Amino acid sequence: MSSTTAAGAAKSFYGKVGSLRSERRWALWTAYVSLIVAAIVMLAPPFYMLITALKPSSEIADLTGSPWIVRNPTLDNFREILGNPTFIVFFWNSMKVTVCVVVLTMLIAVPAAFALSRMRFWGSHWLATGVFLTYLVPDTLLFIPLYQIVNGLGLLNSTWGLILVYPTLSVPFCTWIMIGYFASIPKELDEAALIDGAGWLQMLWKIFIPVALPGIIAATIFAFTVSWAAFVYPAAFITQPDQMPLTIGVVSQLIRGDTFAWGQLMAGALLAALPPVVVYAFLMDYYVAGLTAGATKG
Amino acid sequence: MAQVSIRRLVKEYEGGVQAVKGIDLEIQDHEFVVLVGPSGCGKSTTLRMIAGLEDISGGEISIGGTVVNDIPPRDRDIAMVFQNYALYPHMTVFDNMAFPLTLRKFSRDEIRRRVEKAAAILDIGQLLDRKPKALSGGQRQRVAMGRAIVRDPKVFLFDEPLSNLDAKLRVQMRTEIKKVHQIVKTTTVYVTHDQVEAMTLADRVVVMNNGIIEQVGPPQELYHRPATRFVAGFIGSPAMNFIPAVLEQASGALNLRLPGDIVLPVPAERSPRYTGHAGRQVLFGIRPEHLTEQRQGRATYADLDITPEVIEPMGMETLVHFHLEGTRDLCARLDPTVPADPGAPIRLTADLANMHLLDPESGRVL
Repeated sequence: MSSTTAAGAAKSFYGKVGSLRSERRWALWTAYVSLIVAAIVMLAPPFYMLITALKPSSEIADLTGSPWIVRNPTLDNFREILGNPTFIVFFWNSMKVTVCVVVLTMLIAVPAAFALSRMRFWGSHWLATGVFLTYLVPDTLLFIPLYQIVNGLGLLNSTWGLILVYPTLSVPFCTWIMIGYFASIPKELDEAALIDGAGWLQMLWKIFIPVALPGIIAATIFAFTVSWAAFVYPAAFITQPDQMPLTIGVVSQLIRGDTFAWGQLMAGALLAALPPVVVYAFLMDYYVAGLTAGATKG
Repeated sequence: MAQVSIRRLVKEYEGGVQAVKGIDLEIQDHEFVVLVGPSGCGKSTTLRMIAGLEDISGGEISIGGTVVNDIPPRDRDIAMVFQNYALYPHMTVFDNMAFPLTLRKFSRDEIRRRVEKAAAILDIGQLLDRKPKALSGGQRQRVAMGRAIVRDPKVFLFDEPLSNLDAKLRVQMRTEIKKVHQIVKTTTVYVTHDQVEAMTLADRVVVMNNGIIEQVGPPQELYHRPATRFVAGFIGSPAMNFIPAVLEQASGALNLRLPGDIVLPVPAERSPRYTGHAGRQVLFGIRPEHLTEQRQGRATYADLDITPEVIEPMGMETLVHFHLEGTRDLCARLDPTVPADPGAPIRLTADLANMHLLDPESGRVL
């Protein structure tokens, strides 16, 4: 009797193990399928950009056959756009604005986050929440009052206007990321530094910035992306082609009336997407580490 | 080097919660003082107030004769070792130890000399080029101590420095800390919840509970002459047994009547001390080491019969857990060669020369 019970128990035990295995298999399948679907959905537009950029105009206009196949691949679109001096101007404008915005953002966000997360002062908690709330206001709402401000400062139609305005998007989010990152650094580290004789600035410079480097890189990437991909503000504030960044330059210069230079548009868009892709590719690990900081202990 | 004076020190948090309730403590130059007590007793808060990491709500702290209440941590000339080491993860061991000296603008030669000297004391000379993540827990703790030593501060503060280490390493590092103190002789305040650490390291132990100091004294004094029930129960492992009893006057002598009608004679030399309490309820306190297998030969020995519930053979001794009528969790320490089995009655001997009587209401030792 007892041996039967034991055998039954053993069977149900191994049965359970089996079901665990099959559960894991199902979980894996579901994960793979949904990830593949998501990847297809996400990658379809850039892929379509790529094949369109590789097609001659005649093939783009040709409605017969599958649009997903390139029959006569050509690099003409890239050649034309790279030979176009205004495209180079757009590129440099984007570069200048982005570099300035990233530097400005980091100069503000890192000390701000340090102060908000480490220097306990009256109202610091509310200020930190306030910073985050600022981020929740979308740029599509902000551009109207900001237009007035930029106009008042005489910075319409100037990349400097953009350099002034973009940090309103990048600073709050970067500050928030950095607050989270600094919060994951044990408080004994600043206490040890305080006792060792460091002032607040030395503590920030010699301890927090080196230790929080992954977080800072994540924030930098974010500021870079925000600035590089900004569309609403430049569309609202810039009408002169020589001050335009890539995002609106490509669109405004390659659409003449109702004529779309699709091949060049797509080639331009691909080239514009290149710098963020390169930045992400090199700094991906830091980015992930930065965003997930503090998620787990140690 | 310096003495530390704490006068009527209070720490009150928002909402009126008092973590430290007006304590007084004088720590002498070169002295090694350990603050010990359970979680939330205020020991760490006291240490952090000495360090300047917590504001002082009331009272005064002075280091080397200077009141430091409003002096920032870096100007108090103290060094602190933390439980989680608090090493700077991006710096090498050398840079970690050199950091406080660099901030104080010492010359490069002097920094090297001091770091190497401290490294030699702590036997970490071969680790100077490593980063903290490449070190074991014990090595990290040594580096943290090294960072404190290089400063040659007035006072060392240790905040539960061994709690993150495994049992074996803890014992090893305990000896190490004692050795370092014997070499550098810096005034030291050490916080721990481990009474063994407190007893082994301290010149004087400060037992804290609920924000007050229960007793201050050398380890032996706390062990042999505890002032309160808390100290009596906290110092010593296994903890002291407390058994409710009635102190009876019987023909010129005093007797203790324990539950289960066990009567123990109070030794003659203790009688004058307890006479005033005759006829009252008391708490009879006796340590497990004074409750042994049956022995003879001393007037202060008294026997009692018990039935063991759980036997714990420790190798060098055997712990016997039992209960008396209405009193649970009592413990005796037997010679390991004495046979003892759960459920089989045995006779124990209490050495009443080491007994304590406590007032059950105030918890004071009589």
